[in-house]
Amino acid sequence: MGSKYDVLVIGGGNAALCAAIAARRGGASVLVLEGAPKFYRGGNTRHTRNMRCAHDAATEILTGPYTEEEFWEDLLRVTGGQTDEVLARHMIRESKDILNWIVEQGVRWQPSLGGTLSLGRTNSFFLGGGRAMLNALYLTAERLGVDVAYDAEVTDLVIEDGMFLAARLKRPIEGETEVRATSLVAAAGGFEANIEWLKQYWGDAADNFLIRGTPYNRGSILKMLLDKGVQEVGDPTQCHAVAIDARAPKFDGGIITRHDSVVFGIVVNKHAQRFYDEGEDIWPKRYAIWGRLVAAQPDQIAYIIFDSTVVTSFMPTLFPPIAGQTIAELAGKLDLDPAALEKTITEFNAAVRPGTFDHTILDDCMTEGIAPPKTHWARRIETPPYLAYPVRPGITFTYLGTRVTKEARMLMADGKPSANMFAAGEIMAGNVLGKGYAAGMGMTIGSVFGRIAGREAAKHARD
Amino acid sequence: MHGTRILDEADRLMTVCNSCRYCEGLCAVFPAMEMRRAFSDGDLNYLANLCHACGACYVDCQFSPPHEFNVNVPKTLAIARAESYAAYAWPRALSGAFARNGLVISIMAALSMAGFILGFAALNDRSVLFGVHTGPGAFYKLMPHDAMAALFSTAFLYAALALVMSVRAFWRDIGPPIGGRADGGPIFQAIRDAGELRYLHGGGVGCYDEDDKPTDRRKFYHHLTFYGFLLCFAATSVATLYHYLLGREAPYPWWDLPVVLGTLGGIGLIIGPVGLFAAKMRRDPALLDEQRYGMDVGFIAMLFLTGTTGMLLLVLRDTAAMGPLLALHLGAVFALFVTMPYGKFVHGIYRFAALVRYAQERRTAA
Repeated sequence: MGSKYDVLVIGGGNAALCAAIAARRGGASVLVLEGAPKFYRGGNTRHTRNMRCAHDAATEILTGPYTEEEFWEDLLRVTGGQTDEVLARHMIRESKDILNWIVEQGVRWQPSLGGTLSLGRTNSFFLGGGRAMLNALYLTAERLGVDVAYDAEVTDLVIEDGMFLAARLKRPIEGETEVRATSLVAAAGGFEANIEWLKQYWGDAADNFLIRGTPYNRGSILKMLLDKGVQEVGDPTQCHAVAIDARAPKFDGGIITRHDSVVFGIVVNKHAQRFYDEGEDIWPKRYAIWGRLVAAQPDQIAYIIFDSTVVTSFMPTLFPPIAGQTIAELAGKLDLDPAALEKTITEFNAAVRPGTFDHTILDDCMTEGIAPPKTHWARRIETPPYLAYPVRPGITFTYLGTRVTKEARMLMADGKPSANMFAAGEIMAGNVLGKGYAAGMGMTIGSVFGRIAGREAAKHARD
Repeated sequence: MHGTRILDEADRLMTVCNSCRYCEGLCAVFPAMEMRRAFSDGDLNYLANLCHACGACYVDCQFSPPHEFNVNVPKTLAIARAESYAAYAWPRALSGAFARNGLVISIMAALSMAGFILGFAALNDRSVLFGVHTGPGAFYKLMPHDAMAALFSTAFLYAALALVMSVRAFWRDIGPPIGGRADGGPIFQAIRDAGELRYLHGGGVGCYDEDDKPTDRRKFYHHLTFYGFLLCFAATSVATLYHYLLGREAPYPWWDLPVVLGTLGGIGLIIGPVGLFAAKMRRDPALLDEQRYGMDVGFIAMLFLTGTTGMLLLVLRDTAAMGPLLALHLGAVFALFVTMPYGKFVHGIYRFAALVRYAQERRTAA
């Protein structure tokens, strides 16, 4: 590890590696600083599985065309219009080429094998998952001559007049060092694992949040950049939050703690009261709302309750459901008031109207006369054993970030573009995703802007 | 609760894997797992024998150690696989042989070889054992053909019977195919899958041996070993036909079919096992079932010994060393045969059976 590079990449996930590879291929000397130890390298990318890219025709791995316009409409829908249209459309256009470029970097796709995920048309799946994808990118980067340092905690960034000069870092063995570089690519993710920071916006509720990714996503680089005059983008309270099993570890439970059984039952809070229409829309486009919904409930806990007739309708779960032969017995095990839970379920059952159940469409099974209603897939909960999953908000990533241009160049608070600082991935995802989420978009943002940032950073270093 | 602790652990892992499924494209184990929600002992033994230990799922897994979920599928299934060999062994009384397999094989090999040398010496006088014998029937100066044939067909038939009985127990335990048809078609699919070691490819890039950089080394040496073994078996079969159908007695000239097949096979059985042994020494210990080290190495050594003594016999058959070398070679082959049902050899049989079952399950019932 020398002390002067053309391009310094801070971060070690998809966006960082795409940037490092693109910069190296662009002729630059590149150093990647990953704050985590080698096993935990890659931040949230470790836990991802697929990427959403526009394409004009079916391919070996994708079942049909997914046009730029359709991608744009999906993005518009999930963000409710909170997106930078110029940046977003640029990203969607570039995503077409990324589908092939990423394969050239050694990443392999798998044919969508089905299961319970219905994303075969819009999303490409990494063979072996996100860590396999990362392994491939690291192998390629190392083969190209990119230097990688693990356990590299950046303690300070030296920035003058919007110009990056050097990074100070601390490593367990080497101690404190300084790395100078001609260009900087910041791709160090969000601050979802920084509970103290989350508490600034969520208060004590954040203590009950579970973090789906590694404990290393602390947002320290984001904080340094914002403190040193980079313009911020995005709502700090916005984050990708799903309802995950309350028994999951505090950090890094990843994908296997999620539940997609909401539409097959009802969800109650600690007072055994329903609080939202469980049948509003279908997984996966809407499943991301449940983290925020549970976060708004007392003690940030809720229970998905269903009966034995639906247990094989959703993905097998890591934690088994909690079971009771009667509603009262189940309530006892969940520490809920039995009478209240019985009342809620009785009222729900009485409100269910006959219909034809089909969980693949918005069917006509609904309730009448209760609030909140269940507008689809409503069926009586009446066949013991009665089952439940306790759930808490599981935070995947945050949306507060650095504002960038189409060239992934950071904008300073005064509106001027930085001379040599670029950002890619989660740290600038808020430019495109003001709120909401659709599966695979994080990886699209990471790869597309990572590649752009690396290319532009190398170009700056050459000039 | 399962029959053994390793099956309990395999069940835990399959529950984790079934709620993740990121590895479903890597090999046959995960799609087979996805067809099930709960796992019987038989299911887990089926999955364990379907695993080719390429290591890809370990390197790709975000929950492998040091993660607290501690997911190590290749190692867990390797141990479960080895335990399943003992569980299905026939006769039951000999299943203990798996536990001390390296020792059993060494003793059996030493005894067989010594037995042949002493037997030759007892049958003949010393001058015959160390004499120079050439031309057709030279081998039978040391031991009459009929005696040799009787001895080896007994050993072979015993091994075949024990293997058939064992795999029958396995086949019954893994239960009927899920959602598939149990007709003959899948056997050809399984022969193709086994013949090309389709699932030792880490999802297409190779096997993960010493680190996270995949190679095809283990596959290459396994191919040499496996096809070397088949060629040697073919050589013996052709020679048997020559003897009984054409009345032509061994040894045969170097250009004749049994010798050509045996020579090619012998080369495979020398280079292949050496390569496999080297790969095993280099392999990441995290992926290895160290307890069964002796069994694996014992089998590799027996194949190597068979190949080496056979090749030496070919090269030196016109010299005074022929007698002792023939005794060593026959001893090695005899020991290989009788230890086959109680050692690493069975991995091929169970894996093939598992591949047949998987091929059946992939075919939806019409």
